[in-house]
Amino acid sequence: MSVDQKMDSSRRTLLLATSAAGGVAAVATAVPFVASLTPSERAKAAGAPVEVDVSKLAPGEMMTVEWRGKPVWILHRTPEMLASLDKTDAKVSDPASDKPMQPEYAKNKHRSIKPDYLVAVGICTHLGCSPSEKFKMGAESGMGADWPGGFLCPCHGSIFDLAGRVYSSMPAPDNLEIPPHQYLADTTILVGEDGKA
Amino acid sequence: MTTKSQAVLNWIDERFPLTSTWKAHLSEYYAPKNFNFWYFFGSLALLVLVIQIVTGIFLVMHYKPDASLNASGVPVAFASVEYIMREVPGGWLIRYLHSTGASAFFIVVYLHMFRGLLYGSYRKPRELIWIFGTLIFLVLMAEAFMGYLLPWGQMSFWGAQVIVNLFSAIPVIGPDLSLVIRGDFVVSDATLNRFFSFHVIAVPLVLIGLVVAHIVALHEVGSNNPDGVEIKKKKDSTGKPLDGIPFHPYYTVKDIVGVVAFLFFFSAVVFFAPEGGGYFLEFNNFIPADPLKTPPHIAPVWYFTPFYSILRAVTYPLFGLDAKFWGVVAMGASVVIIAFLPWLDRSPVKSIRYKGPIFKIAVVIFVIAFFILGYLGVLPPTPGRTLVSQICSVLYFAFFLLMPWYSKLDKCKPEPERVNFK
Repeated sequence: MSVDQKMDSSRRTLLLATSAAGGVAAVATAVPFVASLTPSERAKAAGAPVEVDVSKLAPGEMMTVEWRGKPVWILHRTPEMLASLDKTDAKVSDPASDKPMQPEYAKNKHRSIKPDYLVAVGICTHLGCSPSEKFKMGAESGMGADWPGGFLCPCHGSIFDLAGRVYSSMPAPDNLEIPPHQYLADTTILVGEDGKA
Repeated sequence: MTTKSQAVLNWIDERFPLTSTWKAHLSEYYAPKNFNFWYFFGSLALLVLVIQIVTGIFLVMHYKPDASLNASGVPVAFASVEYIMREVPGGWLIRYLHSTGASAFFIVVYLHMFRGLLYGSYRKPRELIWIFGTLIFLVLMAEAFMGYLLPWGQMSFWGAQVIVNLFSAIPVIGPDLSLVIRGDFVVSDATLNRFFSFHVIAVPLVLIGLVVAHIVALHEVGSNNPDGVEIKKKKDSTGKPLDGIPFHPYYTVKDIVGVVAFLFFFSAVVFFAPEGGGYFLEFNNFIPADPLKTPPHIAPVWYFTPFYSILRAVTYPLFGLDAKFWGVVAMGASVVIIAFLPWLDRSPVKSIRYKGPIFKIAVVIFVIAFFILGYLGVLPPTPGRTLVSQICSVLYFAFFLLMPWYSKLDKCKPEPERVNFK
């Protein structure tokens, strides 16, 4: 365009309007592509609750069931194990379970419906590894002489007590999640549904 | 050249810039004549890229990105890798070339980056080359990470679980972001398939585009050299740099020597130690992925461990945000900060040959800290190790963040007029 030619401002306006409309269309086209990355209907529907029979779970033993692709632990705590929670009260970062990592009915000292049975999602709240059992007390556990029993995350070293409460100054920010669950019978637990929501 | 072939060439040149491209990038691209050992690694990185693409194409012909269990209860993806290893003729070799190639890629790229650090190759006017290079490094990490999920072993699964969960540490959008990355509430078949797609299509395309940009930018400004002086300042009467020699045939031939030496070592690993002592292929990855059980000790592959150590080193919450979030920030920053080197280095000279003692000591400390971080990254954490990694992380960042001051304070020697060449 030579210098003396005047700019046709109405054409410039049209050009801008067309570019803007084209831009909107391009962004709108991206929507289904991004949407396709979110969990599919099948993945969303896969969260069916799991029924667990704990009658054969001896005190001190733990079993793992799969719920929504995650490990859910059911730990049958012994009286000593429950007593250890008093000792860890001072060492954990959220002793009263104030953060919403559990349903209301598990917001108590032992973080469970029945004190004996701990039902928890066995996924570290740091970066999602599954902590390992360190139930033996004292030096035998390899966790130090005053170890009261609990869990150790192998990935980044977070330590949890026997109620899934995280120790202070650990990489993991929160206590282990307690999934919604309920007792269908005295020794039958339904994980994933509490009949309240 | 015969008149007939000249005629064909002319016909093409009138339609496509064949001769001029050849001249601009090879036969009349003048590179400094004093390149040393460190200058092999750029062309070697290109070689490894080609190895990875070619072996990758052949692996995809047999690999199946499917997390469901087959009739024998083994995930299909895991079984298909075993199938490649045991039943596809030559499959074991192609797969080992690809898995060893991943580690070789990082060895070569780390040395290539270190060369840039030594000789100030990031300094003006090569800032964009350096930024493209940093982006290549970032994209390469993404490529390696996604590729590592595909065998669907225990380390694949739990490594992906940890890294994807890093994104959930970002406030507000984090949890949804990690959901979009996984495509499910846990690492699952959806994750495997999208990582496969990214690993074989999307990320390689970006990588090749960035490599082209890296080389185009390099050929625009010309290569740096071990003396860090601009050869374009001294030209002969025909406008050629006095200290420059045509890339082809001089450096194409020289680089072939580098290729031969590289392939010598590369083949030794592929044929005699393809697992690299558990560092190239981790032993736990020969166990199929089990979403219910984390292996007792998980560590990333060696090339991620320095940055992984920095992630683990952050154990204190700050400004009301979790330590986890700041760990992710520190790890991200430790890679991104590399891109800022051109503006952090205020030294009057480019090359370490003429830099003063402070810079040399800083580089030595930086390299030691980097190696210690890398070493600690493969070990399980203990309070003592965490403290050491915290110290090394501080040293790592201090190298970059204090550079504007110490590089200015340093007593540098004067740069020569022309390159040193014996």
